[in-house]
Amino acid sequence: MTAEILLQSVISGILMGFVYALIAAGLSLIFGLMEIVNFAHGEFLMLAMFGAFWGWALWSVDPLLSLPLTTLALFVLGVLTYKGIIRWILGGPMLAQIFATFGLAIFLRSAAQFLFGVDFRLIQNPWVQGRISLGGLFIGLPQLTASAAALAAFAGLYWFLRRTETGLALQATAQDRQAAALMGINTERMFALGWGIGSACVGVAGSLLAIFFYVFPDVGATFALLAYVTVALGGFGNVPATLLAGVIVGLVEVLGGMLIAPAFKYAIVFLLYLLVVLIRPQGLFGKF
Amino acid sequence: MLAAEGLDVAYGDFQVLWSAGIRVQEGEVVCLLGPNGAGKSTLMNTLSGLLKPRGGHVEFRGKRIDGVPPHEIVGEGLAHVLERRRLFPYLTVRENLLLGAHHPEARPRREESLRWVEGIFPFLTDRQKQLAHTLSGGQQQMVAIARGLMARPRCLMIDEPFLGLAPKVVQDIGAVIQQINREGITIVFIEQNVELALRLAHRGYVLESGRVILEGPSADLLQSNEVKRIFLGG
Ligand SMILES: Nc1ncnc2c1ncn2[C@@H]1O[C@H](COP(=O)(O)OP(=O)(O)OP(=O)(O)O)[C@@H](O)[C@H]1O
Ligand SMILES: [Mg+2]
Repeated sequence: MTAEILLQSVISGILMGFVYALIAAGLSLIFGLMEIVNFAHGEFLMLAMFGAFWGWALWSVDPLLSLPLTTLALFVLGVLTYKGIIRWILGGPMLAQIFATFGLAIFLRSAAQFLFGVDFRLIQNPWVQGRISLGGLFIGLPQLTASAAALAAFAGLYWFLRRTETGLALQATAQDRQAAALMGINTERMFALGWGIGSACVGVAGSLLAIFFYVFPDVGATFALLAYVTVALGGFGNVPATLLAGVIVGLVEVLGGMLIAPAFKYAIVFLLYLLVVLIRPQGLFGKF
Repeated sequence: MLAAEGLDVAYGDFQVLWSAGIRVQEGEVVCLLGPNGAGKSTLMNTLSGLLKPRGGHVEFRGKRIDGVPPHEIVGEGLAHVLERRRLFPYLTVRENLLLGAHHPEARPRREESLRWVEGIFPFLTDRQKQLAHTLSGGQQQMVAIARGLMARPRCLMIDEPFLGLAPKVVQDIGAVIQQINREGITIVFIEQNVELALRLAHRGYVLESGRVILEGPSADLLQSNEVKRIFLGG
């Protein structure tokens, strides 16, 4: 019985881990490119979830169906954030850089509260629901779907970065901006693209989470914090490593919650974060 | 082929180049000499577009290129190998080389160019899959030059190609510079060792405190008392 519960938790931890990994990959990509932490990453996720929610509430479009559009919208939001805000503060003082995205986060959260209210909303009757049982273990289909789709998106991102010319140019820009420019790479365009792709990651993740998670203006905060931990764990800027790091965070979260106390589950995740920052500040896997 | 005149370049309020200029003819090997901090790298970075001059202008093959962004200048046929190699450390040797031919003019000839640079640096063939940062300093310098050549430049600028290398490697790279020059590529390079630089170059420019104070054929510069004063403290 206990073994079953343990196994059940491990599975659900791994499943959530893939979603965390996708969220963190977007954050890590942007950081790797220009050493800026997007403090509005969680709010971008919240917007994606609301996008999925309103698509369902107003037009009965399932989040899985609206996912491509939501992802595209988030891509555009990322590009606009770069062109409208980030580009102007790049050379500026560190504090200005922090407050710019932090300010954007607060603005987006307040705007969502103002427009949508603070209610917790849940999509009823999504396409995928219910659960399957596997030898006595129950796995929620929404979680399974979200996890599989997040993993697929992650694989797509990895393929793009490693196997396409543009992906290579993006990595080159992250590793040496000046040398990249001398190769004929338009680094300014790479920055905009990086913000677009980094934000598109939460477009996908938000659409998937909306299938089974409550949607509310503050929903991004928890996910963003977990994403920061994941990025730190994987190594800032190391996109592939966020996959394993995401799974570790997912596992620590559920197992910590189960073995110690549910109320402590985030505390334990942050304990992990502190350990990493103190013992291996470059992350478990170093630089990509 | 390459002509710069009256370049004033500053980092913020700190002006580093004062009305500096050079002229390079097609087919030449030209070196930029000068003590530490003289502004040699700053000059080269301005020519390749990484820095925008405050005053003056740069022409390459009859076209104004000051103010043109660096990723477009390389497409005009002017390539630049940065000081301290600056490979993409976490990409493979092959990926570094391929990126050398990223710009649209060079990309269609990429495979051909790859075979060409492998002919010049045979060790490249066995190192394709190795991450750039795991190479030795000499190998990194060769990959950096090979990456510059992948752009199929008419003029290749190399900032301190011999920095920190063993004598044997210095010789190898010197020979490569002569070889690619014979293939018709104009070379501009920076070097602090006067003898070494002038043995390789047809002509030289001497910079001191951000000004070009001397220029001429290598043989003349080797005899110059001014050069002895600056570099040998004599
Ligand atoms: N990014 C920068 N910001 C501010 N000052 C700089 C910068 N780069 C160079 N300088 C200053 O400009 C001057 C010229 O530097 P530069 O690198 O062009 O010299 P150099 O002749 O290439 O020297 P070296 O032989 O050491 O490479 C130096 O005083 C240097 O401190
Ligand atoms: Mg220099």
